[in-house]
Amino acid sequence: MIPVGFEYARPDSVDGALALLAEHGDEATIMAGGHSLLPVMKLRLAAPELIVDIGRLRELNYIRVDGDEVAIGAATRHHDVEVSDVLATEVPLLPAVARTVGDPQVRHRGTIGGSLAHGDPASDLPAAVLALDATIVLRSPRGERKVPATEFWTAVFTTAKEPDELIVEIRVPRTGNAGWAYEKFTRRANDWAIVAVAVVDGRVGLVNMGSTPLRASATEAALAEGRSIADAAALAAEGTEPPTDTAGTPDYRRNLARVLTRRALETAAGR
Amino acid sequence: MTGVKVEITVNGRTTTDEVEPRLLLAHYLRENLGLKATNIGCDTTSCGACTVLLDGESVKSCTVLAVQADQLAVTTMEGLAGESGDSLDHPVTAAFRAEHGLQCGFCTPGMVMAVTGLIAENPDLDERAVREGLEGNLCRCTGYHNIVRAALVAAGKDPDAEQEIEALSDDARTAPGFSVGSGA
Repeated sequence: MIPVGFEYARPDSVDGALALLAEHGDEATIMAGGHSLLPVMKLRLAAPELIVDIGRLRELNYIRVDGDEVAIGAATRHHDVEVSDVLATEVPLLPAVARTVGDPQVRHRGTIGGSLAHGDPASDLPAAVLALDATIVLRSPRGERKVPATEFWTAVFTTAKEPDELIVEIRVPRTGNAGWAYEKFTRRANDWAIVAVAVVDGRVGLVNMGSTPLRASATEAALAEGRSIADAAALAAEGTEPPTDTAGTPDYRRNLARVLTRRALETAAGR
Repeated sequence: MTGVKVEITVNGRTTTDEVEPRLLLAHYLRENLGLKATNIGCDTTSCGACTVLLDGESVKSCTVLAVQADQLAVTTMEGLAGESGDSLDHPVTAAFRAEHGLQCGFCTPGMVMAVTGLIAENPDLDERAVREGLEGNLCRCTGYHNIVRAALVAAGKDPDAEQEIEALSDDARTAPGFSVGSGA
């Protein structure tokens, strides 16, 4: 399959990328690893006129402790998240989730910023970043702003990012020894989650339970009140509108959310 | 569309061309350079038949643009031949032959390159690591058993011993009455 033709630019700095975005507006699309964008372009579900390739910008490729947070450059690949010693110690949920994305070849190309910007509710990392109470740093010629993950995804494949903005960094609170777990349910290897649940420090993120990644608020509230894991997990699907597809019905997904949340909370309690 | 000049080192040789930005790396290798070992199977980043090494790391060349490989090094299965010119002299291809790690052969170049990348990243492979490391490569003949053995041999392991360790490692994964193979 061949994408619709487009122009290609590989600026050598973030400023260069921002200038191209400012000039071309929503006719331009950012590409880092291209592992969300190229598949939809090959299916001709997307046909940008200009691709701005930020995949090789070193200034967007880092993982470092910064105060109470770990700062991750937007073009950091899943593979680098997976093998990061800093994250293994400071935010162990994140490497564990990154390890479940696609397969090794995909993880050698796909990036954390790309995954968050794509906004697929079936993706692993958005729900993890949501459960981690992370912050997404956006930059444009107008300046820089920080958007809490809880406000970043606004609808299916839609984010709070404006066309002239670039995700430059993801700031993740250091969770250290807090209990964590990721329960991903698939029927095939190398597939998207039918449902997945990320748990860290009593917060719960849901994959594929609606048009955006979600927090299981009722479960979190029950945990905060000191109720049992079983009671809290039973509330995991409260208020969700999960999709129907060949993998399952909404009722099936609600059941999965409750079961996987219980498992994840039990695993997290033992860590 | 404006053509873009690319300079890609393929199997140690510098190649240059002016390409459409939408040209996929898999097509650049096959059509522009005539290197046909790299197969395109699913064309949707699933099957892994198009796996090549990009700066030493396995990638699916159906989901990489040729322009994204500009100034980088690509290795295809042809590139494993080395000085002898015979790609079967490479430890990974030799192991695939010794263990009969193929049936129809369509997935084989991708499997070989995925295994080559896997061993470069983790020389101390066990069976679990091989199976997880080959998650992105499908064999529609379902010839996985010998492919996994070939990967273990290529990593310098005894495949019988590794498979016995794996079979005994987890009761839940072992069917009742399952023979673990020793003495069989």
